[in-house]
Amino acid sequence: MCDTCGCNITAGNRHLIRPGGKLERTASGAESVTVLRSLLSENDHQAAHNREHFDGHGVLAVNLMSSPGAGKTALLEATIVALAGEFRIGVIEGDLETENDAERIRRHGVPAIQIATGTACHLDAHMVHEAVHGLALDDLDIVFIENVGNLVCPASFDLGQHRNVTLLSVPEGDDKPAKYPVMFRAADHILFTKCDLLPVLDDFDPERARRCIRDLATPARVQAVSVKSEEGLDAWLDWLRTEHAAQAGRVARGESARPAVQPEGAHLHAGDDARGG
Amino acid sequence: MHELSVCQALVGQVEAIARRESAARVTTIRLAIGPLSGVEAELLRRAWPLAAGATIAEDAELIIEEADIRVACSVCGAESDAKANRLLCGECGDWRTRLVSGDEMLLTRLELERATDVERREGGATTTMEDGGHV
Repeated sequence: MCDTCGCNITAGNRHLIRPGGKLERTASGAESVTVLRSLLSENDHQAAHNREHFDGHGVLAVNLMSSPGAGKTALLEATIVALAGEFRIGVIEGDLETENDAERIRRHGVPAIQIATGTACHLDAHMVHEAVHGLALDDLDIVFIENVGNLVCPASFDLGQHRNVTLLSVPEGDDKPAKYPVMFRAADHILFTKCDLLPVLDDFDPERARRCIRDLATPARVQAVSVKSEEGLDAWLDWLRTEHAAQAGRVARGESARPAVQPEGAHLHAGDDARGG
Repeated sequence: MHELSVCQALVGQVEAIARRESAARVTTIRLAIGPLSGVEAELLRRAWPLAAGATIAEDAELIIEEADIRVACSVCGAESDAKANRLLCGECGDWRTRLVSGDEMLLTRLELERATDVERREGGATTTMEDGGHV
């Protein structure tokens, strides 16, 4: 949605725009101004700038979101090792405190910028903008943004990424997508992580989790991975390769991409193929 | 609780509009919030005084319109009500739906008083109303 052409006027808010033009008198005599802007328009503006920055350097930006402890950093470490020599990777790490995750990433010889958010429960586009300036984007192919571990707040803030990946670690339970629909609806790609634990868990049915995701009307693909057993890792790496190639194509055509979140039906895939695992 | 961040962003927008309109005070702020925006209306109400204190919007009434979730089916074309964690078509049950309403996080309308409005109300000069030219 933008704030200028009126496309943010939906069936849900159209009635708020009363006759009388953009300015009118209320009964009490005060002046009334129609605004219809996203509450996060300043963040969204910065996010668009970040995205231009990534596009200008031909970089694919992927935002990783999950609960704390779902295995985002471990997935990144495994990804960095597997793609060494194929892609040049940079990482932006978001946590309330400590430099621990960035240090884990740097041990693999990959540049990592730690954002310590203090008390903020999410990254926003301004924080990411500052971090981006600490990365030499010309020397990178993929930038991962590891968001603050939280299944609620990060979903509301555009950072300038091209794709959202949401992780659900199997010990968390298979009904998390039903409990946190906003987060899972925001995902372009969903990973069930730590799936090597499935044999010892009796409360995670992958099919039930997939049904919860399907109920969110999202075309996001779902994959099960384990960085420990390396099960499913190849499929995840192939998804990244496909996305990187797609981003290179967009950059060559002067186009960009935002995470799906159902942009007016344009992203709807035909058939159940896109939903499979 | 990211509602405080959202309120702080809202205060910034309200202040900018109030400056542009040469407002003396902001009386009412109207928002539209959908259940799929990721923002809780009740938490916004509680965070609002913390963000608005000592600003031009300090005394403004915050009115939050909570939008319903509606989806349009890409298969059968029906439009139906839906729940946050069940966005399937209410008619044919297909998952290929498009959200029509429910993810709003909008500042829809501001009511404000100009210095001249305050004077007029207190028996001072009257003001003529401007029309158009506003975002």
